[in-house]
Amino acid sequence: MARLQIRNLEKTYTNTFKAVHGINLDVADGEFMVLVGPSGCAKSTTLRMIAGLESISGGEVVIGDRVVNRLQPGERGIAMVFQNYALYPHMKVRKNLSFGLRLQRAPKAEIERKTAEVARILEIEPLLDRLPKELSGGQAQRVALGRALIKQPEVFLFDEPLSNLDAKLRASMRVRITDLHKRLKDQGMSSTVIYVTHDQTEAMTMGDRICVMKDGHIMQVADPKTLYDRPANAFVAGFIGSPEMNLIAGRLDGNSFHLGAQSLVLPDELMARLRANSGSVTLGIRPQHLRVNTADGLRAVVAGAEFMGHEVVLHLDVEGERVVAVLPAADYADLDRGTTVTLTPDPGQAHVFDQSGGNISLSTSQ
Amino acid sequence: MSIPDTTLASAKALVAPVLDDTSRAQIRAERMSAFVRYTLLITVGFLMLYPLLWLVGASFKTNSEIFGSIGFIPQEPTLDGYRKGWETSTPYTFGRFFWNTFLIILPKTIFTAISCALVAYGFARFEFPYKKLLFASLIATLLLPNVVTRIPQYILFRDLGWLDTYLPLWVPSAFAGDAFFVFMLVQFLRAIPRDMEEAARVDGANSLQTLIYIVVPMLMPALISVALFQFMWTMNDFLGPLIYLSSVQSFPVSLALKLSIDTTEAFDWNRILAMSVLALLPALIVFFMAQRYFIEGISTGGVKG
Repeated sequence: MARLQIRNLEKTYTNTFKAVHGINLDVADGEFMVLVGPSGCAKSTTLRMIAGLESISGGEVVIGDRVVNRLQPGERGIAMVFQNYALYPHMKVRKNLSFGLRLQRAPKAEIERKTAEVARILEIEPLLDRLPKELSGGQAQRVALGRALIKQPEVFLFDEPLSNLDAKLRASMRVRITDLHKRLKDQGMSSTVIYVTHDQTEAMTMGDRICVMKDGHIMQVADPKTLYDRPANAFVAGFIGSPEMNLIAGRLDGNSFHLGAQSLVLPDELMARLRANSGSVTLGIRPQHLRVNTADGLRAVVAGAEFMGHEVVLHLDVEGERVVAVLPAADYADLDRGTTVTLTPDPGQAHVFDQSGGNISLSTSQ
Repeated sequence: MSIPDTTLASAKALVAPVLDDTSRAQIRAERMSAFVRYTLLITVGFLMLYPLLWLVGASFKTNSEIFGSIGFIPQEPTLDGYRKGWETSTPYTFGRFFWNTFLIILPKTIFTAISCALVAYGFARFEFPYKKLLFASLIATLLLPNVVTRIPQYILFRDLGWLDTYLPLWVPSAFAGDAFFVFMLVQFLRAIPRDMEEAARVDGANSLQTLIYIVVPMLMPALISVALFQFMWTMNDFLGPLIYLSSVQSFPVSLALKLSIDTTEAFDWNRILAMSVLALLPALIVFFMAQRYFIEGISTGGVKG
């Protein structure tokens, strides 16, 4: 069984730049964990430390019940899929798949059996006698996947495996990888996955749980729904969801939120969740959770509209702040630039973040 | 709308002479410029090749004709030069000297390829203390004139008792003594992405296995260039064998050619020239055989990602 634990993991480069700041993460056996964050958040560095391709400056990586800090990548029971496939250019697909097994001097019959099986699962049988340069991007990535699969590792590591593919292929590979993960899990095989991506769509659709990182710190670890509905801080709130959550800085005073000359009376439901009722705060409302043309609320001027077919993305100007609202196209498609509307958040869907970015509107009962 | 055929035909008749005149003038100008260009190129090319052509021609001449005419086509072609030149004035034939050259070149080329690949891999892929300093001193030896090290090196090899053996010619190359090749391979390696090597490490390969199974195949074009350079340089090396080898039986071709000048009172130039032609052949043959890789090796800095 392959549980993966990261304890106080640190990475300091020789130029004293600290990339990873003592992070802790516990990945259950068979779990699909996605590491997501903007570029430079050290998600790839973390993955490479787990793989053993990057040295560990502090803390421990535990796979199963072994501390693997000092083990070579090949001894850690991991397999890795790289962003640019990293297929061996001089070997045919068959040899690429079996390279690891051949190094271990596995019996020939076993190598052939496993190669055939992996090729069947990934539907790459017709490609076995081709060289990597004769493969398309999608095919190459399937071969790279096969090279990981054939090892039957305890933990699969994916380093942005889909970012070199076009949008359509990416969507189908996403389904293929999650399907594969489910199938392995159902067969009772080791299927713990650490998947690094910068694409929140990948993170939301693939992950059992998602670990959002920023500047070498973990911001929140949760399942996709929790991450979306109950972001722990303003960073996670802004990072997850599309279009981004509106984060409006203002002042809280009693039950009203002040922004410039305007004020918005916050719904009682939100007030009940709040842990503070005064001071500088940031109000977070997803574009999908804004109501337009209500009786009272924040006055906003339409600055532009993007018609998307079934919905329309309105860009609004509230006291100099840009606010985005996503509304059904049927009702709002013909709002002109310069029109003044009023905005209120959907009850139950607004968040309030304090000055340090922490969410102070998470009720403990939920 | 359709245009009547007659109208089209008359329009063509009107336009054609004008078009023809200009295009003809253009073609004439192009031909003229091509003629000038090719004449120039052929002339210069011929001038460059003349010594070589003369060498080949002269090797079929008699000794007296060599000095009698400037032309390179022999009037009475003879194989005398080749026949007698091959015999040499020593107890050995030229075959022996070719064999000796081969005995020097083969180990030297193999040692060079292996040792330089190892050292370059180390410099390009690993971090170790004083790496920068060591690499700088490696490059510094590139700039050092050979003459400076010649005497200390000679004394060292003499004290080791290696004089009149091939060891002084082989051993430095077995320790990556040719900094130029190391430098060349390091540059080539830097252009190859590391992902494949990392994938190999995840697949369980150690550093040496990664080098042998992954790096060397990717480095092949560069290694072939290294081997070719070393082959040609060793083939043409005169000073090395001259300093370290003293018995005629172990002379390579380069020394043997000079030998024929030394030992005979009246030089039989046609013999020397005939053997020079033969001495040129191996390098030429090897070059043309490996040309494709050679050019790939020196022109591309790396490999497709």
